[in-house]
Amino acid sequence: MSETTISPQLAKKFSRNLIERLIEFGLLCSAAFAVLITAAIVFVLVSEAIPFFQHVSLYDFFTDTVWTPNYSIKHYGILALVSGTLTTTFIALFVAIPLGTITAIYLSEFASHKVRETIKPILELLVGVPTVVFGYFALMMVTPLLQKIYPDLTTFNMLGPGIVMGIMIVPYIASVAEDSMRAVPMAMREGAYAMGATRFQTAVRVITPAAISGIVAAYILAISRAVGETMIVAIAAGQQPNFTFNPVESAATITSYIVSVALGDLEHGGIGYQSIFAAGLTLLLMTLSFNIVGHMARKKFAERY
Amino acid sequence: MVAKNKHNEIVKAESKDLNFFYADGTQALKNVSLPVYENKITALIGPSGCGKSTFLRCFNRMHDLYPGNRYDGEITLHPDNTNILDKKVDPIEVRMRISMVFQKPNPFPKSIYENVAYGLRVRGETNARVIDEKIEEALKGASLWEEVKDRLQDLAFNLSGGQQQRLCIARALATEPEIMLFDEPTSALDPIATVNIEELMSGLKDKLSILIVTHNMQQAARISDYTAYMYLGELVEHDKTDTIFTKPSKKETEDYITGKFG
Repeated sequence: MSETTISPQLAKKFSRNLIERLIEFGLLCSAAFAVLITAAIVFVLVSEAIPFFQHVSLYDFFTDTVWTPNYSIKHYGILALVSGTLTTTFIALFVAIPLGTITAIYLSEFASHKVRETIKPILELLVGVPTVVFGYFALMMVTPLLQKIYPDLTTFNMLGPGIVMGIMIVPYIASVAEDSMRAVPMAMREGAYAMGATRFQTAVRVITPAAISGIVAAYILAISRAVGETMIVAIAAGQQPNFTFNPVESAATITSYIVSVALGDLEHGGIGYQSIFAAGLTLLLMTLSFNIVGHMARKKFAERY
Repeated sequence: MVAKNKHNEIVKAESKDLNFFYADGTQALKNVSLPVYENKITALIGPSGCGKSTFLRCFNRMHDLYPGNRYDGEITLHPDNTNILDKKVDPIEVRMRISMVFQKPNPFPKSIYENVAYGLRVRGETNARVIDEKIEEALKGASLWEEVKDRLQDLAFNLSGGQQQRLCIARALATEPEIMLFDEPTSALDPIATVNIEELMSGLKDKLSILIVTHNMQQAARISDYTAYMYLGELVEHDKTDTIFTKPSKKETEDYITGKFG
């Protein structure tokens, strides 16, 4: 069949198909962009971490409890940084999960329309506060306050920044959890009220379990946010790697180590430089495993109304 | 004094000059006065938007959940003559005496057992043996026991639509209400499930009084003892179901029943 036999209608169809394909390709490119960037990050982390692990054994990396890559006596125990990360994260969650969940329940089930429309923007404002400000808030306000209660507290400690990090995360949990609670159909609420339930019984025994998938997602988001948070802990927790789970001691987290060392005068390709990537890779694996656990939890509690 | 009608039937509850206004100011009910007889099924029929569901939902103060709604008039619950629309009467007390089954089955995201136990737990019942007994009784009352007795801990969502609706009936039965409200309980169900629910309702009236809203006129004719025809927020006619369907006194009712209108 020669070109000339194509009817005008078919030609139109051809050009339409071409445009469709171009659009599809454009969409694919934008989606692929995010995936490629992630892959590139993983590639850089791994390729720089490989020379590090040729020098340091995995066994030492995961069992040594001293982290001094830039000192004359070198130790590479990542646990000294992991402990700081986990402790501050735990303190933050200890503050943020109850506060955020209660805020979400209040906003979704108790607050009047007017109150909700006032509180939500204020909460969202809290998200916009730069973390540097939160860091100094922890150092200059929260720690001195805590010292009034517990005088032996050092200026740099994990408790103050942990609490402030928790406050910072509250809006994330409150907002995501509230959205999922509001998404529970009104029929479910009416069913509970029709049984003679009070507002509180409805909120806690019916709406919360119905929205659990979204609430768990909010917690996972909060964990990732806390594990990855840098400035607050870099400013207020001290930057001394210290294998401890005691919140009143000072410590460095993985992120605060990376930021402190990366700002210093580092020899490119040296072991200190490579250690950043090993630490970064550890952080990535930690958040990844939290996300996987979270994904599984979401699937298990998938919402079915 | 016990109020009775000419057929010597006891009035369980009655609305008197009931007006209802939604938050936006629209008047959904206009001077509706209607009795609900003890151990009888009263059906509310009428075209969409006639106010029959609005009327039903006044009986357990469901409208209280949405700010701005306003009742005017009264619904008296006998034998204690409580005006359940009175602001001083706690809506939770009302809902403990008058339970409701909705149009779409709305089980809670819990096990079959916990769904039925919910009302008992809300009322503060903690004795596990009492709860077990009442759950069995309620599930038997809702003709669901045989189908679920071996899987009481399964999630309620795993049941079929008809089973879910019977579970909702069991949930409402467990607390031994005086009146049960049904808001088009079979409109989301297939014909077989519908027959099951209808038989169930006919059996339930020995224990309590029933007020049902239905779109399905045959259903009203099949199961109810009394039928009320509503139109544009007003009660047009109320009488024994046989009378309404064979010789209604009003032309509008006849037009609706015979399908000339609606």
